[in-house]
Amino acid sequence: MVKQVPDIESVRFDLETGRLDRSSAEGVTNPFDLNALEVGVQIKERLGGRITAISMGPPKAESTLRDCLARGADRAILLTDRRFAGADTLATSYTLACAIRELGRFDLIVCGEKTLDGDTAQVGPEVAELLGVPHVSYVEEVVAFTHERITVKSDIGRFHYIYELRYPCLITVTKNVNIPRLPTLKDKILARKARVEVWDAERLSRVAEPDRFGLKGSPTTVVKVFSSLPSGRRGVILEGDAEELADRLLNVLREVGALKMEKGGT
Amino acid sequence: MVFAEQNESVIHPVTFELLGKGRELADRLGVDLSAVLLGYGVEDEAFNLIRHGADRVYLFEDRSLKEFDAVRYKENIVPLLREVKPSVFLVGATRIGRSLAPRVAAALRTGLTADCTDLDVDEEGNLIQVRPAFSGNIMAVIRTRTRPQIATVRYKVMKPPEPDPKRRGEIIRRDVKVVKDSGLRILKKEPVRGVDLTEAEVIVSCGRGVKRREDLVIFKELAAVLGGVFGSSRPLVDCGWVERERQVGFSGNVVKPKVYIACGISGSPQHLFGMRDSDVIIAINKDPSAPIFNVADYGFVGDMYEIVPLLVKKIKNLERACLDRS
Repeated sequence: MVKQVPDIESVRFDLETGRLDRSSAEGVTNPFDLNALEVGVQIKERLGGRITAISMGPPKAESTLRDCLARGADRAILLTDRRFAGADTLATSYTLACAIRELGRFDLIVCGEKTLDGDTAQVGPEVAELLGVPHVSYVEEVVAFTHERITVKSDIGRFHYIYELRYPCLITVTKNVNIPRLPTLKDKILARKARVEVWDAERLSRVAEPDRFGLKGSPTTVVKVFSSLPSGRRGVILEGDAEELADRLLNVLREVGALKMEKGGT
Repeated sequence: MVFAEQNESVIHPVTFELLGKGRELADRLGVDLSAVLLGYGVEDEAFNLIRHGADRVYLFEDRSLKEFDAVRYKENIVPLLREVKPSVFLVGATRIGRSLAPRVAAALRTGLTADCTDLDVDEEGNLIQVRPAFSGNIMAVIRTRTRPQIATVRYKVMKPPEPDPKRRGEIIRRDVKVVKDSGLRILKKEPVRGVDLTEAEVIVSCGRGVKRREDLVIFKELAAVLGGVFGSSRPLVDCGWVERERQVGFSGNVVKPKVYIACGISGSPQHLFGMRDSDVIIAINKDPSAPIFNVADYGFVGDMYEIVPLLVKKIKNLERACLDRS
């Protein structure tokens, strides 16, 4: 009987394992997003409500949304369109925010702290700003929740903070926030038959300025990429038996000033 | 312009590093370097910012700004940026910075590049931003076509400048936009009694070479006799043997100790990202082809289970000998 609608936004998926050739690897759900979804499921279990999983991505991201349905989402929406492609975080956030606005009222948006391929951790707070709601990033624990508010724990530097946020609001969660439950076989079978809604740019035209989608709406561009393997620092490589190596290592530590007793003398 | 981050009226050291880099970029572009500081009772720190290179400090002081609140801070910073129109806005990639910068960027509809490891300017005065992607496996060069160009930079990536006590600058007190209700309330704040790897001078770190959780004691002892801190690469944290605060690497801490000793760590790009700027890198690994040897100043090919206990014994003997002498 609860009118609350916890909307869950599962942001950006597809971890490409290893190589840059995206087509060769399978897409998986961004692990942090599973934690996000689990937050929603735990709230729904206690307070009721509905969970909507949203993602912007290529058509194959549908599998991730289906995964969300198997894990407790009630509704799943894939935002896919060539016009969304090439988006940086601002354009991505804009697209997601438009879709959420199109969905109507929401109480809580939960996202993973970041994605494993983009690593920016920007989309959550950017969406919060575009929707005009408060947010807390890096939530380590959901302490309490009601129909009006949510209380969370997050760390800043050397301090633990307990924050209380009023709905509507957004939180991004770390892996520490929970352990996502696994979908049962039955859940997976049901999810296979469920419908994943697919929305394109037209569907958002009521609330959006299309110039802000995709490549056009991206103020940042990647000019080039290069391998991050560091070069040429390789120094002395020593082999020998353990006793010899321990001696040589002791000398090295002495030389570099790491031995306590050598410092500050008597 | 540099965002000066503070907590309890203490400026976070990343701010000084940003001022150092900011000064360099500002000089190249022939413009001034300013800083924006929000808080309550932080005026003294404004002078500190000038000593570290700021020509001007925009100061926002109000009780409502004492603690970080992303909405309240953004509501004051955005109009300032619109008015002053800096070409570049630098923010530390701390929890605060990563929460604040995206809101500011979205409000200004401008580009934000996170976790830059290098910043430069090209001939046309555009910012060249280099950052890692794919969990540190590749580096990407990013350009922003809007202004301001916003970038976040992690602590210990840039060098802090030497403060100049004679340096003069302007402090401009700005009217604060007081947001009575941002939707966020702080219920509690308490200090964390945790480990801080980023300030350690010596770090002894372990990786997958450790076979059992109980074996960690061997390496923790090495850390102890060297007066250092024990750290770990990701696998040991993921399986719950080591606390997350001790993780060194792209998803953990970036450290720059005087001495980094890597035991049984293969040297994935993800890990190297977190420690490759250490002054001296020592690696112990059974596998001579382990990538860690490509960055080690001193590499020891051998069994750490044998070498480390022997080393600890030798160090203790030395200590005893020193004590006996005195």
